[in-house]
Amino acid sequence: MESLTLLIPLSVALVFLIGWVFWRALQGGQFDDLERPAQDLLADDDK
Amino acid sequence: MPAENTYNYRVVRQFSIMTVVWGVVGMLVGVLIAAQLLWPELNFGVPWLSYGRLRPLHTNAVIFAFGGSALFATSYYVVQRTCHARLFSDRLAGFTFWGWQAVIVLAAITLPLGISTSKEYAELEWPIDILIALVWVSYAVVFFGTLYKRRVQHIYVANWFFGAFILTVALLHIVNSAAVPVTFWKSYSAYAGAQDAMVQWWYGHNAVGFFLTAGFLGMMYYFIPKQAGRPIYSYRLSVVHFWALIFTYMWAGPHHLHYTALPDWVQSLGMVFSLILLAPSWGGMINGIMTLSGAWHKLRDDPILKFLIVSLSFYGMSTFEGPMMSIKTVNALSHYTDWTIGHVHSGALGWVGLISMGSMYYLIPRLFGRTEMASVRAINLHFWIATIGIVLYIAAMWIAGVMQGLMWRALSDDGTLTYTFVESVKATYPFYAIRLLGGLLYFCGMLIMAWNVFQTITQSRPMEATIPAPVHA
Repeated sequence: MESLTLLIPLSVALVFLIGWVFWRALQGGQFDDLERPAQDLLADDDK
Repeated sequence: MPAENTYNYRVVRQFSIMTVVWGVVGMLVGVLIAAQLLWPELNFGVPWLSYGRLRPLHTNAVIFAFGGSALFATSYYVVQRTCHARLFSDRLAGFTFWGWQAVIVLAAITLPLGISTSKEYAELEWPIDILIALVWVSYAVVFFGTLYKRRVQHIYVANWFFGAFILTVALLHIVNSAAVPVTFWKSYSAYAGAQDAMVQWWYGHNAVGFFLTAGFLGMMYYFIPKQAGRPIYSYRLSVVHFWALIFTYMWAGPHHLHYTALPDWVQSLGMVFSLILLAPSWGGMINGIMTLSGAWHKLRDDPILKFLIVSLSFYGMSTFEGPMMSIKTVNALSHYTDWTIGHVHSGALGWVGLISMGSMYYLIPRLFGRTEMASVRAINLHFWIATIGIVLYIAAMWIAGVMQGLMWRALSDDGTLTYTFVESVKATYPFYAIRLLGGLLYFCGMLIMAWNVFQTITQSRPMEATIPAPVHA
């Protein structure tokens, strides 16, 4: 099962990368307001 | 020099048109190979029209040419509009368009010639793989570069789905396509045996999970609220199920390898995560469908909304069926049967196809200075023909698949197999005919769409794609 020697560390590294991205987003205020973005989308007039 | 205060709609238009073109081509090949199973004479005695060579042409055309073009078109549109910024680089975006078309043309030439790695959804040989990698890195640069340029602080949820899809597909492609080239058109996989199978189906299922699911959920999260004129049901849920989905999908691959030489514990891991996956998937489905809460009446008269909402119904069906089929005991019956084909096409025709069509019907008029497609009645006709086609297709394959599974395992009283394999093939014949009818209807729907798009484009009006100021920063 040699491919697991690649796949498991790769997956673990990926989990850490994803966790880091999530952390950065959280700190950067991406999840501060979860009501307005849904409304802003509709406010954009693309006619 | 295009004004920096306008959107780049040119590349969006290019990809949108090719979505329709490749949809017609890919589905036509599908109809042909379905017919070949009924009438082998349709192989015409020539190797390059034989079923074995045309089947990967069909899968590559519908997934990467049709689906891929739809993803490029919509992601480039959505990222620009939600960021209130023009694409990061017009030249790179242009390269992704022409590069992607070159990949498709090369596939259309090499696959019928029998040039294939034989890895499913990764059949293209190594020179084309390199081109794909170049196009994909450029795509990532354009997409994330545009996010970087954004004039709005918040990154709308659809862009998270698109971003995850782009990054993951890059990883999947590079790892799974690793090969040792021997000649210009022949290579050997860097992996072998059960290991290659594991890497292949890690890739294969994540192609479904990220290319065909995450990417199209990005599409859904933009076009359903826009068409319905209502905000997403729960923005909070969209964020939560995004993270749950991208984490869980990575592990589902082994469910393609139940009862094979893959170690039992890996199979079990795949089965468990596939079952868990039902929850975040249905989170997305519920979020999209419930967006119509308080506005269900719109479904009556709006065929674009019909496409978008019904696509989510099929998404829900497929993401329930998939986890069920991932259970080892169920899989023992379904594996290698036409039930798998039924499942694939429920997701492909039902979810991917319909959400793409609905999104294109919204998008294309706006790219050509109009508010609506040339014929709204044709959209409605397309919807009904496509939906009936889907139902015929999957019902036929369900019945055929379960029948095959039962016939293959049937034992007589003396302990011998009751049926020969060819008896199951013969019993499947009428279901292949129903499936052909279903696929033919779906293809006809695509032709109606092509006509409608042609009419819309030739009646286009001049337009400015000026970037409006964001409502908030």
